[in-house]
Amino acid sequence: MLALGQDEIAKYPFLADAGQYLKDKGFTLEQFGTDPDLKQLVDKAFNRIQIAADGKIYKSDLIGDQVSKEAALPREVFSFLLAIVLLKLSGMHTLIKRFALAEARRAEKYLEKDLANISDESKKELAIRVIDDLFSVQVKKFNDYFVISVSDYLKHSINFHEREWKLINRHVESGKVFLTPHETVRLIRKELGTYINSKIINAKTPVMIPGFENSVNKLVSLSKKFVTFTVTTGEHPPCVKHAIEILEKGENLPHSGRFMLATFLLSKGQSVEQIAPLFKNAPDYNERVTLYQLNHLAGTSGSGTQYSCPSCEKLKTQNLCFATSDCDNIINPLQFGKKRK
Amino acid sequence: MKDTDIKFLEDSFKKYYFDHFDLIRVPERTSEREFGYQKFNSGMIRHISIKDDKELHLLFMQNVPSDVYCSNAYYSFPNLPMNEKDWKEADLIFDIDAKDLNLSCRENHTVSICNECNETSKNSEQCLKCNSTKIEKKSLPCKNCIDSSKIEVSKLTQVLTEDLGIPQENIYVYFSGNEGFHVYVYDSQFQQIGSRERSELANYIMFNGIIPETFGMKKFKPDKNSFPNLDEKGWKGRFAKEFFGSKSNRSKIITTLVKNPIEGYSSFQNILQTVSEKIGVKIDPNVTMDIHRIFRLPGSINSKSGLAKIFCKDLTKFDPYIEASFLSDDSVEILANCPIEFSLKNKKFGPYTNKKVTIPTFAAVYLICKKLATIA
Repeated sequence: MLALGQDEIAKYPFLADAGQYLKDKGFTLEQFGTDPDLKQLVDKAFNRIQIAADGKIYKSDLIGDQVSKEAALPREVFSFLLAIVLLKLSGMHTLIKRFALAEARRAEKYLEKDLANISDESKKELAIRVIDDLFSVQVKKFNDYFVISVSDYLKHSINFHEREWKLINRHVESGKVFLTPHETVRLIRKELGTYINSKIINAKTPVMIPGFENSVNKLVSLSKKFVTFTVTTGEHPPCVKHAIEILEKGENLPHSGRFMLATFLLSKGQSVEQIAPLFKNAPDYNERVTLYQLNHLAGTSGSGTQYSCPSCEKLKTQNLCFATSDCDNIINPLQFGKKRK
Repeated sequence: MKDTDIKFLEDSFKKYYFDHFDLIRVPERTSEREFGYQKFNSGMIRHISIKDDKELHLLFMQNVPSDVYCSNAYYSFPNLPMNEKDWKEADLIFDIDAKDLNLSCRENHTVSICNECNETSKNSEQCLKCNSTKIEKKSLPCKNCIDSSKIEVSKLTQVLTEDLGIPQENIYVYFSGNEGFHVYVYDSQFQQIGSRERSELANYIMFNGIIPETFGMKKFKPDKNSFPNLDEKGWKGRFAKEFFGSKSNRSKIITTLVKNPIEGYSSFQNILQTVSEKIGVKIDPNVTMDIHRIFRLPGSINSKSGLAKIFCKDLTKFDPYIEASFLSDDSVEILANCPIEFSLKNKKFGPYTNKKVTIPTFAAVYLICKKLATIA
């Protein structure tokens, strides 16, 4: 665990050991439910979750990156810890996810500021250490840039779908990627969210604390807002249509294309017997081999592994993607035509 | 394939393997690799683990395989089923194949074999005899195919060393045994990355997915100074050299692009597409992103041609049709149907139209492997 200063705990409250922090400050959770002064903090915690649920970032009482006044620091940390207690008591996973993401983005801002801090070397050092300790990404300062190894970069950037994150759109030299402080921190956003999320998931759920009921009930009804229903048009995505056309014309569809087509249709619930005739026109068609391979993909033979449909990104690399506007930024062909209601 | 042909190929391969054990060595960290092989007219046998050269040679002698493979991956238990192998890491591998280079020479040396009636003809989409569209195409690569593939290998090596920081001595180039090259990278920072990361790396090497903004072209208020210079490192410099050519040209082109940014942006997009085909390295991305592949074993024969996969000490001078042909000179009579001329070990052969000919074993194997001849 990193040794943290006062300001750091307020900026990165998820790094603190919650139980220890309360104990050190001489408080118990029950006091927050009963003491009218402390109860304000429960409301503040509820507010912090509500802001996160709305997709916004909670603005703390920090001025610049300093705690504005002495009392503000514990308030910052308490409201974070109490928010976790409320979330655990509500048991609403959609809210936990949103809260973790919003808190990650909040911390991201501070990390970025610390990284770019020219006047205070120790702040930069801390930010670099947080990134290394939590995500095993070694960042080095190089002129105005931060450099990380290409392999570390790839491990994180593959989670992004925006084109500017593709390695080709980066400055790459001698095995390193050059990033601005903003990009360095943005790179680990998802992992920061995951880290905070897992900390909350793994925290123990306390029994209901008198005085917390109202906020917890409000959270339960708040989460109902996020229930979604999806409907599907049933139409095939353009990549699948293209593959079927190629086969119908009796042309050669590469192995990767056959893999996509078969795994797509299997995932859509078609049987091996329904899919096999599609390959009849292939120049090298062999019924026995086709059935063997389809059964293998379906997991009914061989290792029993069910193969899943490749992502859009993978299909792009394989020149199998023929995206149209109908694809609507999906990341897997299976999502094609699904609309949220 | 006919039994007599299989017997002939097996005998020829077996003789090569027996005489050239020195060329077939197990790779480093042998016991962590998965091996596999195929026999003629039969499926793949894989999930095999091998201890040393001796065991490998035994496999060759006992089974006389048509093709032998070895994983680029390292496993704790290479002989268990895929999901129990416990994948540890994998060498970075690249496949450069003349068939992927869109070469204009290709149609001159491609043969179409009808799967229905076995009729052979020069490159066509339909059988000239029975009109069937079930056509299998075989190519007899020419010097241009090999030279063009070599250029791609050099381009790849440049990106690997300059951009990705891989020392030259960790890059190994092999002739694939048919119409291209296999490149291995050992001990790099990429040993442990997964398939998705490797796919991204492949895109980088292929110059795929570039956006105009990366090279300074913006739709609104583009800045003249943010375009790449000719002496810059990485793709920026390579792009600038290819597209601008010279400093004076560079400023002329940029001025035109910036004058009308909306138009300039879309024309820049087209430029990137065109330049990409020229400067991007034409690797097969499926090979690079496969972390469980069993890849042809160096020293073994490729049954698509009868040539061996061998290490290229000096790529520029390397001539596969002399250096990778190891089979015997003994004469053999075949019935050949090959409408194209080809050359092996400095000797010219063909074209043959349904003709009985007596030629050296290495050439006969080449034709039979290409399905263009049978033992008479």
